[in-house]
Order: sequence, then C-alpha cells, then structure tokens
Amino acid sequence: MSEIEKSELLDRFTYLSERESSDHLALNCPAEQLIEFCTVLRDEFQFDLLLDVTAIDWDVATPRFTGVYHFYSTVKQMYLRVASDCVDNIKPTLPSLVPLYSAADWHERETYDLMGIHYEGHPNLKRILMWDSYPYHPLRKDFPLAGIETPLPAEDVVEQTNLQVSAAPMMGGPFVSSGDGKMSQTEPKAKDESWNEEKGK
Amino acid sequence: MNKQTVAYDSKVEGEVIVTRADAVINWIRKNSVWPMPMGLACCAIELMAAGGSRFDISRFGMEVMRFSPRQADCMIVAGTVTYKMAEVVRRIYEQMGDPKWVVAMGACASSGGMYRSYATLQGVDRVVPVDVYVSGCPPRPEALLDAMIKLQEKIKNENSVKNLLTKHPIKKIRKDAVS
Repeated sequence: MSEIEKSELLDRFTYLSERESSDHLALNCPAEQLIEFCTVLRDEFQFDLLLDVTAIDWDVATPRFTGVYHFYSTVKQMYLRVASDCVDNIKPTLPSLVPLYSAADWHERETYDLMGIHYEGHPNLKRILMWDSYPYHPLRKDFPLAGIETPLPAEDVVEQTNLQVSAAPMMGGPFVSSGDGKMSQTEPKAKDESWNEEKGK
Repeated sequence: MNKQTVAYDSKVEGEVIVTRADAVINWIRKNSVWPMPMGLACCAIELMAAGGSRFDISRFGMEVMRFSPRQADCMIVAGTVTYKMAEVVRRIYEQMGDPKWVVAMGACASSGGMYRSYATLQGVDRVVPVDVYVSGCPPRPEALLDAMIKLQEKIKNENSVKNLLTKHPIKKIRKDAVS
C-alpha cells in the first residue's frame, strides 16, 4: 500500500492505529468499527480478497485475544493485515465478516473451534475440525498439547472399544529444532531426553 | 537323477487331491485377499504405488481394492487416525464380513507417529484389532508388500474350519490406558 493511501486511511478513520509489522502494512482496528472499516476496504480500496482469519492468544495479558485478518488486493497486488482486540477475555467476541467476504465463513468457524472466538452474526458458527460436543478450544495457551481426557461422542463405538480421548505421551516433547547451526545438529529434539538410550551412553 | 516318489499318482487314483480342509480354505483366502484402502494421509499414496505396475500387488492376488467394506476382507489403515475419524474406522471395520484382517500401515496408524497431540489417536489398535504393523513414515511399497506377505503367512495358519463351524472368534483390541 502506498504511503498516500496509508495516511489517507489513518486520517479518515481516527480509530485506526498503525501496528508493528516486519512485512506488510498492519493496522489496529477496534472491534466495533471492524465492519465499517472492512466495508470501505473492500468497496473503495479494492481489497477484494480475504486470505486469512485467525487469532492470537496472549495468555495472561489483557486483552487476551486478538483477531487477525489478512486482506489482499488483486487489483493493486498488495497485502494488508488488520488486527482487532477482543474486549472480553472470558467470552471473546468479534463481528463476523461473512456478510462482506464469504471466504470468512470457514475461517471463522475454524478460529471459533480452535481459539474460541465468537463471531457475532455468523450464519453457522459451529465447530469445523473437532466434533460438536468437544468441550475445549485446543489452540488456546492454557490447553496442553497432549490433550485432556474427554469422552468420545459415538456411544456405540465407545461401548465396543472403551475408547476415550486421553493425553498423548509426550516423551519430553514437544520436539523443536534449535534453529541455527548445521542441519545434522539441529534436528528437532525434546527438552527432556532422559528416555532416549542414546543420551545414556 | 533319482526317480522321485510321488505321493499321489493321478493314473492310479484319478483327479483327486487329498488334503486338509484348513489348508484348502486358507490357501484360497490367502491368495485372494481383497483389501479395503482406508487411506487417511500420505501413506495412501504409497498404497496406491503398491497397486501400480512397478510394485504390482496383484502378484499376490490382492489387487482387488474394494471401497465397500462389505466386499473387502483386509482393511489397510494407511494414515493418521484422528479421534474424530476413529469412530468411522471402527464402524467400517464392523461392516466387513468375517473373516477380516487389519494392517496398520505406517507410524501414524501403528502408534500415532509424530502426532503426539490432542487430536490424534495413538495407534489404531485401540479401535480395531491389528494383525500386522508396518513401520515407516510412510513405508515404501515393498514394506507394505512384505506386511501383506506376512499377513498371508498368518492366514495360512488359521483354524478356518473350526471358525466356520463355531461362532467366529472376535479379535481383541488393545485395552491399556494411555498415560
């Protein structure tokens, strides 16, 4: 986005503020004005493609959840990131962009499923990846990667197999790469490798 | 060369073969395994390669991949089984007619593989009784063929007549709780 358009946006919408970004232009927009701003983005600034809807969990900070949107203009070939804080930490809510961009439909369902952001005005806000009765939002910071014991919804299968969701054995994981150095020495490793017989030698 | 003694002489005894019923039934079963490709992830690509001309699974009479569980007798679980998919895998297994076998193809189906996470079932043997496990991520088609030959060996040694005459035994699944 050219500097002129950026200052035009910031001048016209006083509630916007520039957001720190290492790549494309990023703007903060309050949740109440999100629909109004995105309508202008689409209709006047030619951001005709909504690429991504996601959210950030800041854990202990307030506001805890920030919704993030990536727009692309196929006319100007430019990206724009818009971030919007959720006011409520307990039931984070954002307005749904489905009336503006139909691409938002499944993206918002996924973000609702994994992060627990409620999109007001979404035509069909139900889980898309986990099953409907799943009680948690697994990508939140307070959810353990290994999972939490949960009953499965299929009663007939549970009766036959006694299966339930149980925490996965992490073996000291998650496995992460240290990142720098030779590739042979930076293979993903667990922090606790005491189970590994290689370490005992 | 010594003249070989043949146990059976068709000129004397006619076109009759004397054998055990188990041997005949098992021989028929092991050379006409109809697999059901439960392709859930990248392992399914290797499974398809095993069906192609280079690896040619039909050399063992297993090329008749059936996508209906009613017509299949060996489920090849090829890929990551999520908890959401686990019930589907179990239901499809129950729809297969006896006798039936299961091959867990690859690390994910055998143990959850690299997916130590909230969403992934840590081994398909918790929902269906697995006969053969294949290592690899994904296993090469040769590894799958090796597993299928091992399965043939297993089928060869079953008490098929006893199983036909009595109620077919229900194979056990793994019951231990994951900590």
